[in-house]
Amino acid sequence: MKKYLYFPGCSLKGSGKAYEESFLAVCKALGMDIRELEDWNCCGATAYMSVEETKSYALAGRNLAIAEREDLDVIAPCSACYLVLNKTQKALKENTEIRRKVVNALKAGGLDYKGTVKVRHPLDVLINDVGLEKISKLIKNPVKGLKLAPYYGCQIVRPYATFDDQHDPVTMDKLMKAAGAECVTWPLKTRCCGGSLTGTVPEVGLRLAYIILKEAKKRGAGAIVTLCPLCQFNLDGYQGKIASKYESVDMPVLYFTQVLGLAMGLPGSELGIKRGIISAEAVLAGGGLR
Amino acid sequence: MTENKSKKETLPRVGFYICHCGSNIASMIDVLEVQKYAAALPGVAVSREYKYMCSDPGQEMIAKDIKEHKLERLVVAACSPNLHEETFRKAAAKGGLNPFFFQMVNIREHAAWVHEDKKSATEKAKDLARAAIARVRFHKSLDKKRVAVDPNVLVVGGGIAGIHAALTLANAGKKVTLVEREATIGGHMAAFDKTFPTLDCAACILTPKMSAVKSHPNITLWTYSEVSKVEGYVGNYKVTVTRKPRFVKEDLCVGCMECIDACVFKEPKFKDKFNQGLGKRKPVYIDFPQATPKVVLVDPETCIQLKTGKCKQPCAAACDRKAFDFNQKAETKELQVGAIVLSTGFKTYDVARSPQYGYGRYPGVYTALEVERLVNASGPTSGEVVLRDGTHPKAVGIIHCVGSRDAKTNKWCSRVCCMYSLKLAHLIKEHSGAEVYNFYIDMRAPGKAYEEFYDKLLGEGVHFIRGRVDEVTDWAMTPEEEGKLVLRVEDTLAGFVRRIPVDMVVLSTGLEPQPDAQEVRRRFNIGCGSEGFFQERHPKLAPVNTFTDGIYIAGACQAPRDIPDTVAQAGAAAAEALSLIDAGFVELEPNTSHIVEEECSGCKTCVPLCPYSAITFDEAKKKATINEVLCKGCGVCAAACPSGSIRQNLFEDDEIFSEIEGVLAK
Amino acid sequence: MSEQFEPKIVAFFCNWCTYTAADLAGVSRLKYAPNARVIRVMCSGRVDPQFVLDAFAKGADGVLLGGCHPGDCHYAEGNYKTLRRMRMLTRMLKDMGIYDGRFRLEWISGAEGDKVKSVINDMTKKVRALGPLDLPGKFKNWDKEIEELEAQVNKGDKDKEAVHAG
Repeated sequence: MKKYLYFPGCSLKGSGKAYEESFLAVCKALGMDIRELEDWNCCGATAYMSVEETKSYALAGRNLAIAEREDLDVIAPCSACYLVLNKTQKALKENTEIRRKVVNALKAGGLDYKGTVKVRHPLDVLINDVGLEKISKLIKNPVKGLKLAPYYGCQIVRPYATFDDQHDPVTMDKLMKAAGAECVTWPLKTRCCGGSLTGTVPEVGLRLAYIILKEAKKRGAGAIVTLCPLCQFNLDGYQGKIASKYESVDMPVLYFTQVLGLAMGLPGSELGIKRGIISAEAVLAGGGLR
Repeated sequence: MTENKSKKETLPRVGFYICHCGSNIASMIDVLEVQKYAAALPGVAVSREYKYMCSDPGQEMIAKDIKEHKLERLVVAACSPNLHEETFRKAAAKGGLNPFFFQMVNIREHAAWVHEDKKSATEKAKDLARAAIARVRFHKSLDKKRVAVDPNVLVVGGGIAGIHAALTLANAGKKVTLVEREATIGGHMAAFDKTFPTLDCAACILTPKMSAVKSHPNITLWTYSEVSKVEGYVGNYKVTVTRKPRFVKEDLCVGCMECIDACVFKEPKFKDKFNQGLGKRKPVYIDFPQATPKVVLVDPETCIQLKTGKCKQPCAAACDRKAFDFNQKAETKELQVGAIVLSTGFKTYDVARSPQYGYGRYPGVYTALEVERLVNASGPTSGEVVLRDGTHPKAVGIIHCVGSRDAKTNKWCSRVCCMYSLKLAHLIKEHSGAEVYNFYIDMRAPGKAYEEFYDKLLGEGVHFIRGRVDEVTDWAMTPEEEGKLVLRVEDTLAGFVRRIPVDMVVLSTGLEPQPDAQEVRRRFNIGCGSEGFFQERHPKLAPVNTFTDGIYIAGACQAPRDIPDTVAQAGAAAAEALSLIDAGFVELEPNTSHIVEEECSGCKTCVPLCPYSAITFDEAKKKATINEVLCKGCGVCAAACPSGSIRQNLFEDDEIFSEIEGVLAK
Repeated sequence: MSEQFEPKIVAFFCNWCTYTAADLAGVSRLKYAPNARVIRVMCSGRVDPQFVLDAFAKGADGVLLGGCHPGDCHYAEGNYKTLRRMRMLTRMLKDMGIYDGRFRLEWISGAEGDKVKSVINDMTKKVRALGPLDLPGKFKNWDKEIEELEAQVNKGDKDKEAVHAG
């Protein structure tokens, strides 16, 4: 059985708690050997890198150096953590000057960095390591009747797409179909959800989130399924403000691990279903789930 | 010099001449001093200086001296051999001396023009002269070999380039074989509707030429055939052609097409390649009514008889010429030709590489070639601009530069897309009355009457937006966009991002090399450039020749090109081939290598070194041997040979060693 | 009067690229050191390592070999063979005490007239700093030493023998 390290990042311990709960529950149910990375620190997300590039690489690099001690793949469910860790590895590989500075900094902290660890996304691990065949066999309550709009967000396909297509990713669609759901076809799979703009420049941020919610509803989806904690937060948490500015959409936003978990027969309480601001109860009931 | 055999009588008599070249050489080199120095060297019978050695009097002086002083070798110290080596070789020949008993010394480009101290420049001239005089003793009498040229020609690829080249050669009286991979000649041009800038109907101007090819007594047309092997060298090529089975005898079929009507498939069912998949055909079919030769063919992938063996064969029954033969096999033919013209054409960019434009996802997105068939009166919709879902578009967007001028896909400009995009804009508007939008980066209209054509379009009410389209999407932001395809583009002239809702999107795809270009060029032993198009010998001065003598290239296989330039280039290639053939022979430079058989130990070191495959190993004799006609005279084998049995004419070991000693001795 | 040592450099230039570049340098009237003597070959692949060794043996202080850039050889691959041979030769030369800088391989295309100038100038400067190699002179001295040794051995002078043997 392949072992994995798990990098939660700040979001999955905070506003994205449902993602962590459902992700770990699904891993357990699949019999995966997964353990949280010891003494991990904040990855710096996207903001720090624009402010202090080399220091931010050192910050993220520390996590990679710790993981190297055990020589296992690291799964980073949060899209920003996933991108930042991969970006750090790439920069340290290609830029000798940055590498020199970061390696020295890490050495001062008693850590070695060689760049050998692989940073993986849960979709990549589920589809390519575990396999759809094995997962399909473990589906106890297929979510028939559940129509989902698969929303990938931007960071796992831009600037580089590694395990999925940049313009039309399909890994999450495949998983959801295996879980019994129907996925709508729509062109906004990777369109920006507003990112941090919902907080800083709300006129823009709210509009971007509204566009996604409205189109998903128009296409007949009962819920949006996503893989990024910020996307989930933007689409789920601002529907009140969106209702007062534009119109009420009332669309629940779930993590794909929650849907998968339900289909595998895991109870909603273990998957953080109630953590969603917009309630998913009605939609899930329609999909034959409690 | 440390020779102990320096008796003037045993050495060949050398004539040494140093040129002033006006003041070009004389201003920096003391020519008199060099002339006197050379006169005193062993073996030098005559030593002269003259103002302009390359002039008529200069050359006559040489010829006269050779006769009068019985000279056996000639050395001229002047400019670069790349300029006048031939001149002085001819002068030697005029005097009755074998032209290869001559050695040139470069004291102008390599000394007088590049040094500033007269003393050191003169010393250098002396060293070089001494070396040449020592070297020339070892020169041998050589001849330029002549090889006869076979007058027949092979043209590969039957598009407009191949057709024009074949007709030009045939009209000049040469026997031409035209080999084409598809079942009919005509190439891409046969699929076009109208051509820019004249809006001539492509088929109307092409079919008479196709017909001329078929009926020309000097042209043998082999369609549905491919060249599988090429052997030989300039003037003497042996080519193997594989002819694929049509399952119909070509000499019996008259193209009545009764068989197609009679086929068990009552309706055409299979996507046809000629209409870019927009139309359908039956398993027995002809590409288009004017296909040349007008012979049907059967598709082994879809014909029931060929797949299962269980068909009533009403097609064969309907044929009163008894032309069907379901047991037909591929045939191999051999040809001997003296020259080959490659005109294998291009392929269009695969739009799957640009998924943001939605081809395949949205049925309203078309490639330019598909649209050529749509607007064509003989196409699948009889020229009506009707979409896959049966609707008529009210607004059409044409995106330029798909797969061109792009670091992510192809860097080059495909040269024809702006013009054909304008043409399609005109035709679409004419046939449908829709609003047409062209999205361009730059408008490239360089040819004759091209800019005027663009001007005409500007007056027709076509909208031009300068910007690169980011994506084609069906997400509607406003009620007007519902049910439409929206093109998002930065309008760089207006300065903001725009959304243009249309019903139909046309992708102006760029031109690329054929997918098997690398395979083909290796088969013919020519080169490809870094983008994959065939390599010309010189981009400006020799655009239709290749580095392999006797093989010429024409048309889009060399670079993206429009029809006027393609025809011009095809004519040029035919002219080059004619020039080769009408000369009747090829003269080979004599600096080739040969093996002295007795000295060859059979070690085979040389055999894999030759890029021209000129060296073969004779298993019976256990010796290597060089084909002097294939040898290009690089000398790599001569340098590698451990026993020294390989001699390169004009660059033998003796000659070079003496030159080395000559420049260094004092 | 101490005259500055002027190194003698033998240069093998391939006809299609380097020789043409040297012609271009001439046409452009670029000025460079007069220490090189060019020997024309059709391809740098014609240059037998023996030519290089012979040049040194006959008195060259430096040997320069000029060919087309890899990928551009007029005869397709000749320069690749040159590269292989000369890499090995450089190592052998080092073992023989002929140091880096005396033997030089340069890729010069037909358009690079200025590279001919800079390479010859640079090489002249570097070889001048290394001093004369003077192998013919060294050969003469070694010949003389051997002759003296032979004479001594024949004379049967056992003491001097021991000195020479050490």
